[in-house]
Amino acid sequence: MPREKFTILRSPFVPLPVDNVDTDQIIPARFLKATTREGFGDNLFRDWRYTSDGTPNPEFVLNKDMYTGKILVTGKNFGSGSSREHAAWALYDYGFRVVVSSFFADIFRNNALNNGLLPVQVSEGFLQRLFELSVKNPDTLLEIHLPEQKITVVTTGEYEGFEINAYKKECMLNGYDDIDYLLSNKDKITAYEQSHHK
Amino acid sequence: MEPKTLFDKIWDNHVVEHIEGGPDVVYIDRHLIHEVTSPQAFAGIEQRGVKVFRPDRTVATADHNVPTRDQHLPIREELSRLQVQKLEENCRHHSIPLYGLGHPWQGIVHVIGPELGLTQPGMTIVCGDSHTSTHGAFGSIAFGIGTSEVEMVLATQCVLQPKPKKMRITVEGTLGKGVTAKDMILYITSKISASGGTGYFIEYAGSAIRSLSMEGRMTLCNMSIEMGARGGLIAPDETTIEYVRGREFAPKGEDFDKMAEQWLSLKTDERAVFDREITYDATDIEPMITYGTNPGMGIPVTGTIPVVNKNDPDAVSYYKSLDYMGFRAGEPMIGKPVDYVFLGSCTNGRIEDLRAFVHMIRGHKKAENVVAWIVPGSKQVEKQALEEGLDKILKEAGFELRQPGCSACLAMNDDKIPAGKYSVSTSNRNFEGRQGPGARTMLTSPLTAAAAAVTGKITDPREFL
Repeated sequence: MPREKFTILRSPFVPLPVDNVDTDQIIPARFLKATTREGFGDNLFRDWRYTSDGTPNPEFVLNKDMYTGKILVTGKNFGSGSSREHAAWALYDYGFRVVVSSFFADIFRNNALNNGLLPVQVSEGFLQRLFELSVKNPDTLLEIHLPEQKITVVTTGEYEGFEINAYKKECMLNGYDDIDYLLSNKDKITAYEQSHHK
Repeated sequence: MEPKTLFDKIWDNHVVEHIEGGPDVVYIDRHLIHEVTSPQAFAGIEQRGVKVFRPDRTVATADHNVPTRDQHLPIREELSRLQVQKLEENCRHHSIPLYGLGHPWQGIVHVIGPELGLTQPGMTIVCGDSHTSTHGAFGSIAFGIGTSEVEMVLATQCVLQPKPKKMRITVEGTLGKGVTAKDMILYITSKISASGGTGYFIEYAGSAIRSLSMEGRMTLCNMSIEMGARGGLIAPDETTIEYVRGREFAPKGEDFDKMAEQWLSLKTDERAVFDREITYDATDIEPMITYGTNPGMGIPVTGTIPVVNKNDPDAVSYYKSLDYMGFRAGEPMIGKPVDYVFLGSCTNGRIEDLRAFVHMIRGHKKAENVVAWIVPGSKQVEKQALEEGLDKILKEAGFELRQPGCSACLAMNDDKIPAGKYSVSTSNRNFEGRQGPGARTMLTSPLTAAAAAVTGKITDPREFL
């Protein structure tokens, strides 16, 4: 099914300088009971974002007015743990289109790409630089250029390249999805079955 | 022929197509589904007007949301009930076998697959659950997937996956008294960290691995994901064959003998090359416990919480984690008070785990300050525990055997650890809030959990052996 296409995004970013953010933090298990994909953004980072009585925690970055934008910048090993795709849905539903980190967990990376959320892996040095900039200037603008696979700090010109495999890049640029690809290759799958399974 | 690893052999045998500059199209032999990660996938294929391609390669159960008491009654919590009902509807509509609540084969998806013989060597197995890595214990490639990928498998019996790198972890020697497979995996994870396995598929090898039972091997492979690895696997041997023989969905008679011969030939060639190799000495491993909020933060139960220099780049995250736990660097773990003990989950909810726990608590009483939840991994595990009279020994000691499900491992049902309370848990994740908002989890083996349950504090299980 067609998804939103991704080419170039310019946006300020939301810094979350925490390592090992697991998918239980992104969306706790007790909010996984819906049977549709929508609405998970309300509970994104639920237990960090709200205190135990349900009021917003003013210390948490999503509750700070000075940080906005479609890009989340976060510490290494983001998205570890549970395979719940609800984590990617929650980030997307909240409004994020890009997550920048120095290291992503495998399953999260796949889930993000399958939902039009672009994981951008940068060096630890570049990541720390972004955190520094976010303190000095919360409005710091980033540009994510998918065709050139480049992330740039617009105000300073600092940039870094990022990796994405050619197939996934094509999918993101055109809004294609893996299931369409597989469905159009059913004959190959059937041929495989015939040769490998009796 | 070029020497190949066990992983390569199984993977290559399942590649339908390699996409240039992209992932492989990998054929899936067995697709396991449960109520939490499947509804959106079923909705997806219905929207596309597609039917489930191979319902005969698909098996479902309800485990994440189910209560562990009064399972004969309707589920009280509405959203949980609706999710389980949705699974029933979807399975009926798409002719998928469902071993749901009330079925004698119901249980945690990673417990029932092996015990029903659905899990077999050489297979590719997926499930919308990261602990699918459990099934690698049989010498299969098994890994967790997201819901979009569940949809792919429902629609085409294939997933698109980049081929991971390969790591071999060899453990040689004999495990000490009171040291289990759980301690082994917590030890390995503490050495290579919660992200050290990312990008890899792990093969476990060596004499200490060989000497593990299938249950122990499942515990080990189960937690491969806690190092970030997609999965882990162990070459099939006689222990594997004897476990699979006679199980419900295993081949029978001559067919089995033929398959067994083929399975025993599945192994890494002598000169095959791994991207990374690590070797550990089994005698270095002690009963382990975690003190932080990721499974890589583990130490021997007799150890002290590490001190990290404030200038270390990891210091902020490290001390945030200790704050959450209410612990201080340099403190010993022994003697710390315990409020809850959870025995169960796809990591340690099998019959051997129940036996080990019961063996430890026999002749003792549950500590008064401890609430304990003893949750079998499946109806078949529960049945066997009852047949062996384990429930009676538990009862005499002040414990109750509950009904099967994922339970307090992720607290989607009523089994939630209250905020601020300390839980000694045989499950797989000590993340913040994993066992309930504000809950503080310490991961251990069933033996260490049993010792804590009767003393009411963190105790070296070897004192009881």
